[in-house]
Amino acid sequence: MSESIGENRNQASHNMSDGRSSNQYGNSAGIEVRNLSYHYGKMQALDAVSLTLSNGINMLLGPNGAGKSTLFSLLTGLKTTPRHNVKSVRIKTSTKGAAPKPTCEISVRGVNLQNTRTDIMRSMGVVFQQSTLDLDLTVQQNLLYHASLHGISPKTALRNIEDVLLTLSLNNKLNAKVRRLNGGHRRRVELARALLHKPSVLLLDEPTVGLDIESRALIIKHVRTLTEREGLCVLWATHLMDEVTSADNLIVLHAGQVKAQGISNKLCAHYQVGSVAELYRQLTANMEAL
Amino acid sequence: MTPMTYLYCMNGIVKRDVLRFLQQRTRLLSVLVRPLLWLVVFAAGFRSALGISIMEPYSTYITYQQYITPGLGGMIILFHCMQSSLSMVYDREMGSMKVLLMSPLPRPFLLFSKLVAGAILSTFQVLIFLLITRLVGVEIELMGYVYAVPAIFLIAFFLSALGLMLANLITQLENFAGVMNFVIFPMFFLSSALYPLWKMQEASMMLFLICQFNPFTHCVELLRFALYGQVNEIALGVVFTSAVLACSIALITFRGRS
Repeated sequence: MSESIGENRNQASHNMSDGRSSNQYGNSAGIEVRNLSYHYGKMQALDAVSLTLSNGINMLLGPNGAGKSTLFSLLTGLKTTPRHNVKSVRIKTSTKGAAPKPTCEISVRGVNLQNTRTDIMRSMGVVFQQSTLDLDLTVQQNLLYHASLHGISPKTALRNIEDVLLTLSLNNKLNAKVRRLNGGHRRRVELARALLHKPSVLLLDEPTVGLDIESRALIIKHVRTLTEREGLCVLWATHLMDEVTSADNLIVLHAGQVKAQGISNKLCAHYQVGSVAELYRQLTANMEAL
Repeated sequence: MTPMTYLYCMNGIVKRDVLRFLQQRTRLLSVLVRPLLWLVVFAAGFRSALGISIMEPYSTYITYQQYITPGLGGMIILFHCMQSSLSMVYDREMGSMKVLLMSPLPRPFLLFSKLVAGAILSTFQVLIFLLITRLVGVEIELMGYVYAVPAIFLIAFFLSALGLMLANLITQLENFAGVMNFVIFPMFFLSSALYPLWKMQEASMMLFLICQFNPFTHCVELLRFALYGQVNEIALGVVFTSAVLACSIALITFRGRS
């Protein structure tokens, strides 16, 4: 790749936008990230990442170590973002002296994460890569616990639980202990938990990894239906190319940098490749060589 | 955010911890077996060796079983709180802690609720232990229980906060074994749990001073007086101040880490 990251990013985000429909959340971007960098000691995990995610499915592709989980941790506030942390991006200026460092910013539905964590957490549902269910409790007890953490009354929570479990075909597992559920069911319970407080932004960190075809299909179908119906903004990290459709907004993250962002089929056309898999291989080629 | 939101949240956290505790029946059994062994076996062996003379709050000579009961109550709380902090380290390593931290409510409140949950569970365990001690002749009057409940709750809150502080400092689950050697045992043995401090003073002035500075000594004394329907004001002051300090440090260090 000879193109600079900045050019690439701009092309992807501006020229390849499809202007997806607005909804109850208006035209405001679901998630907006500007100049986000993060490092573990000397290792740069994210390098001046900027993203604008609109309502709909936003697929995040990247090899292991690309920075996907770090990005998720920053978006969920589990890791904090330093305000002035950009080293590699310089603002061109005609005045003499050092250029000011751009400010890192994360906002969800137009609200800045660094200022208003509470409102953002209310509007965000997350399925983490690692299972975070309490194995010794039942499905209902796990979901009630989550609802209480969001300050939802037990009465409302029970109603929401019934609805969400029915949609995910889990209503017969209400009183089953999580320890006794198979991997597919556990993942669906995690998705049910993420949806319980009716979020407008959904973060899915490899939600279908390790699932059989049927469970995967059910989760994909449910998320897509819900996204369309509710106008959610979904950020979906995955390794599985077949989960990306031609209409999805695609982000390729590699070595902590956004290599491309745009509507999947337009990106493929731009890079003159026949599939998302080929596009992914092309953009992460130097990684594969390693 | 309304007050009810906070109430639902705290209720959920407490309920979850109680449910988890009730799921692990062997945990309750092991919590009770340790102090009961001390009470039945250790105290029986030492009752002739250690004569306990008249000292506050006792109005007459007492048996050794009677003497070590508050100390063993303290032991239950100490072990339970350290075990809770171990489970917090485990939750953090396994990722379950993320669920708690994703709550829209302020993190200090979430952790405060965790401490309350730990204190409620400890109070429940110590009350069961105190009821069992009647079988070996330890008599506690009704007023003793009335005074003991808030005393146990305060002690448990302090020790839970101490446990949370330690959980914040421990980066790996494997390091927790060190807590046993460097925190639990010194705190327990360098206190008035097993022997009155005047006996320690006879043996070593330095150890006596260390015991006096050990906040766990004051936890035991607070409970000892409470079981006789009395308030040891110095012990109450020390435990309350220690609880506030430990809670503040635990919340600050936790926020820093997260």
